[in-house]
Amino acid sequence: MDVSSVRSLFPQLQESVYGKPLVYLDNAATSLRPLSVVREWDEMSLKHNSNLHRAVHKTAVDATERYEAARAAVASFIGSASPKEIVFTSGTTQSINLVAACLENAGFFSEGDEILIAESEHHSDIVPWQLVSGRKSLKIKILPVKQKGEIEIDKLPALLTSKTKICCVAQVSNVLGVINPIKEICEICHANGTLVLVDGAQGIAHLTTDVRELGCDFYAFSGHKMFAAPGVGVLYGRQPLLESLPPYMGGGEMIESVSWEKTTFAPVPGRFEAGTQNISGVPTLVPAIELCKRLKTSEIEKEQAAIKNYILDAFAEDADITLYGNPAEREKKIPLFSISVKGAHHEDLALILDKMGIATRSGQMCAEPLMDRFGVTGMLRASFVPYNTLDEAKYFVECLKKAIKMLK
Amino acid sequence: MNTLEEAKTAVVEEFSLFDEWLDKYEYLIELGKNLEVFPVELKTDDRLIKGCQSRVWLDVKAEDGKLFFRADSDAIITKGIISLLIQVYNGRTAAEILGDDFSFVEEIGLRENLSPTRANGLNSMIETIRKEAEKNV
Repeated sequence: MDVSSVRSLFPQLQESVYGKPLVYLDNAATSLRPLSVVREWDEMSLKHNSNLHRAVHKTAVDATERYEAARAAVASFIGSASPKEIVFTSGTTQSINLVAACLENAGFFSEGDEILIAESEHHSDIVPWQLVSGRKSLKIKILPVKQKGEIEIDKLPALLTSKTKICCVAQVSNVLGVINPIKEICEICHANGTLVLVDGAQGIAHLTTDVRELGCDFYAFSGHKMFAAPGVGVLYGRQPLLESLPPYMGGGEMIESVSWEKTTFAPVPGRFEAGTQNISGVPTLVPAIELCKRLKTSEIEKEQAAIKNYILDAFAEDADITLYGNPAEREKKIPLFSISVKGAHHEDLALILDKMGIATRSGQMCAEPLMDRFGVTGMLRASFVPYNTLDEAKYFVECLKKAIKMLK
Repeated sequence: MNTLEEAKTAVVEEFSLFDEWLDKYEYLIELGKNLEVFPVELKTDDRLIKGCQSRVWLDVKAEDGKLFFRADSDAIITKGIISLLIQVYNGRTAAEILGDDFSFVEEIGLRENLSPTRANGLNSMIETIRKEAEKNV
């Protein structure tokens, strides 16, 4: 599959904004949706709509089969040992909140225990832990990142103590685009008896992920950043670990039996899926995963590498541009670029680029502590996926330079 | 002094001269650059309207039943829009301000700059102007 055939799968790429062809570079916020995903949603809504797991009629059985097929597809896609390790949620944020709340309710944390969080984390991997910390009097410690955006893994062993219960880190930061050494982090943490939760929101669409190879205990991601429907998320948890956790929310479907005296709970993963689930959305993970697999061609990888090299070279040449997340080895970065520009505000740049047809992201990108770390009030981010072309990258750089000139 | 309606019409007419978006922005950038300097000592936290995008500082004074504004932003296009807001609303009475819906910003095609994205500085600035007017009714 080449880039032009990938583009033909995404109808929104034919849209224009202000009379200019849309150049969509806000993929790290949400990716566009291919026809196959929209069709799956439509089919689930128009042909197979029925509540899951409950009724015996044909439509209910069909809907349940398609929902469970998505679970199996996800398990195989991320290298999980069993679909029982896959919990469906509303997104990465809910997945992380689920782990935080269930660990708390399982009595996992005692006063004075520590949670280690990477400095480059997104708010959704910070705030749920702050909430638990507040309730349980825990201590949050920070795993720092270097000026070039890499995690200071050398400092990790010294940060771990007998009280460090869990380490939370993204596979790829949504600001820096740097691929973190998850396997190494897991090895160091596990040797200390510390669990590892990986936020895979940005990694899932760009990398080939094998949770068993990585060795993480939990892995969370969202469907909408990998071409599936919004409102669909995944939590992977190692089966014995999930089995040790109490339910997240109470409701229908998460129970085994209910009486006024005693209620018992369903086995995993159903225990964590209370109430009616996202019947139309979850099955869209199947075509989205199919597409992600098909995108792993040498032609597409070549184009993505060309985009990355073009932009890194262009930014390196411009003394006014500071790129955040600039590892010495380019293979350690996905094509996601956050910058600040001397003499030009990120909001102004984004507004002018918008009028040139380019969708970028500006602001704090839900990572305020990281903005503070780099001493900025915000950044401009352009993030690419396989439907983006080298020509778009060139147009982006050209327009960025024009915008900077306008603002200076 | 012209009326509030006249001031708004003047701004809307001025903007209607620009066909191209980028020309509108060029004009706003110029306005932003020429905005009266905001004294550094007024850049205090209580005057800061912190947004996800840009930061806006707003200082309001009431004199003889009229409101006077001084403002600044770290983003230049926002500063240009601030200049327009000051041009229109400076020296008006609280009743005049509360009787207005601020829709002229939308009329000149700056809707995106006022989109209700999280804590948009400019949006919050308009909210603050209204609140100050309410205090001074």
